[in-house]
Amino acid sequence: MNVTPPVQSSILQATERAFPFGPPILELSSISLRFGGVQALTNISFNVLEHEIRAIIGPNGAGKSSMLNVINGIYVPQEGSVTFRGERLSEMTPTQAAHLGMARTFQNIALFRGMSVLDNIMAGRILRTHATFLEVAFQLPRARREESENRAAVEEIIEFLEIEHIRKTPVSRLPYGLQKRVELGRALAAEPKVLLLDEPMAGMNIEEKQDMCRFILDVNDHYGTTVVLIEHDMGVVMDISDRVVVLDYGKKIGDGTPDEVRSNQDVIDAYLGVAH
Amino acid sequence: MQNFWFFIEVLVGGLLSGIMYSLVALGFVLIYKASSVFNFAQGAMVFFAVLTFVGVMELGLPFWAALPVAIGVMVLVGMATERFVLRPLVSQSEDTLLMATIGLSFVIEGVAQLAWGVDVRNLNLGIQDEPINWVMDKTGMLISQLDITAGIVASIMVASLALLFSRTKVGRGLRAVADDHAAALSIGIPLKHIWMLVWATAGVVALVAGMLWGARSGVQFALVWVALKALPVLIIGGFTSVPGVIVAGLLVGASEKVVEVYVGPKFGGGVEVWFPYVLAVLFLLVRPEGLFGEKIIRRV
Repeated sequence: MNVTPPVQSSILQATERAFPFGPPILELSSISLRFGGVQALTNISFNVLEHEIRAIIGPNGAGKSSMLNVINGIYVPQEGSVTFRGERLSEMTPTQAAHLGMARTFQNIALFRGMSVLDNIMAGRILRTHATFLEVAFQLPRARREESENRAAVEEIIEFLEIEHIRKTPVSRLPYGLQKRVELGRALAAEPKVLLLDEPMAGMNIEEKQDMCRFILDVNDHYGTTVVLIEHDMGVVMDISDRVVVLDYGKKIGDGTPDEVRSNQDVIDAYLGVAH
Repeated sequence: MQNFWFFIEVLVGGLLSGIMYSLVALGFVLIYKASSVFNFAQGAMVFFAVLTFVGVMELGLPFWAALPVAIGVMVLVGMATERFVLRPLVSQSEDTLLMATIGLSFVIEGVAQLAWGVDVRNLNLGIQDEPINWVMDKTGMLISQLDITAGIVASIMVASLALLFSRTKVGRGLRAVADDHAAALSIGIPLKHIWMLVWATAGVVALVAGMLWGARSGVQFALVWVALKALPVLIIGGFTSVPGVIVAGLLVGASEKVVEVYVGPKFGGGVEVWFPYVLAVLFLLVRPEGLFGEKIIRRV
């Protein structure tokens, strides 16, 4: 059950994609996580292929967010390891994860509320900035070049996410859906290899959800970014994911293409309930 | 004409002491921006920094050797604060952090006096606290050399800090950390380094402020109360704004002196002691976020 099943050949043949799947970029093996006496995750293994859109779903309290936080290095699992881009990491910090090419969004939007949309996305460029204090003070070539590169990258993202009209607006004044989009923009600014999205569509109306789905697919298609997303809304996930992991009570109960997962009896029981 | 030059003298004197208020307030702003905490220990840091500097000089080191030693000690204090006070309290409420800095202030005051004793010391920076002769001859104004030096030093510090925070990677990181810890970590900002850097910088700012104040009024325990002078400056300028506290420091310095000289006699003098606080209260009523502070928007 805990061994990742071989990737379905049907997916690998999806030749119409701009970025065909590569080897696994992220591998989780036998992850167990406890908080005191609470067993949040039990012996979970799965992998994520390069350029794939991989979803983690499950009912409330299934351990989805814990899983994402293990991948991101916020929680260190008691057992198991995370292998990211060939590096096996037993203890990773969120800062290291960012350096290795991971970017994320949060379930409860974590934007820099005092800053404008532009500055928030600009902040995402921080790892791409290397000029020192003195170089900035005297406007030496590297500082000037980086500044213009960063501006160009940020403008591209703003255009990509169709938020040109609010670039100067303080984020705290934006409606929820747009804040989520800005957060996605900030994550993209770091040019990540893997994008972790924690319930990107939670609390959105249908139209906002459709927009967000389109952006996630576009990001994957345009930049080849691997996406790992957690979602509550099963319908939405099934439409955009290549493969889905299903968690329930901290255990993996299903893993495969949306169709496979949909017809998995354990998954149906977990979602619809079953007479015991 | 006499009256005019006298007014200018009062104004310039006020502005120059105002710059020194700004300098102390700047230490608060740095830490408030990074840790969202009113650093109660800032006054203690001013005291500790300059006492260390004077103590090292008494051991026989010349000025230019004692300065880097004192800076080094303040950097170590900053690093120790991050490691032993802030790191265990990540993601705790601001009240908890405030209480921690109150505790920190007692520790720093205690260590300072334990290490260097409780005597009042003189600090001679080689600059006399006397009027500049040619200004006095030309205009009759009494403007102290120390004030002018303090003004220049403070201006340079303020300008470089402003640049550091508005344009560099560290500055952007700092602003991000101030807004949201988890988000800052997720985009690769090393929280620990930023805090260490900010506390060390605040320590160095405290050292400079302590040296300038100490040269005027002696290096003594009363320096911890310099921090109280910074309070109205912070309220008027806004806790998060570097330019705000500069302007507010100048405003407080100039207005308290002008009011003291021209209005003070009607109240029997001593107006400058309380005037800044009245000004601060007025600001709280009219513009609670301060001159350049972030506008407080509350959604209901």
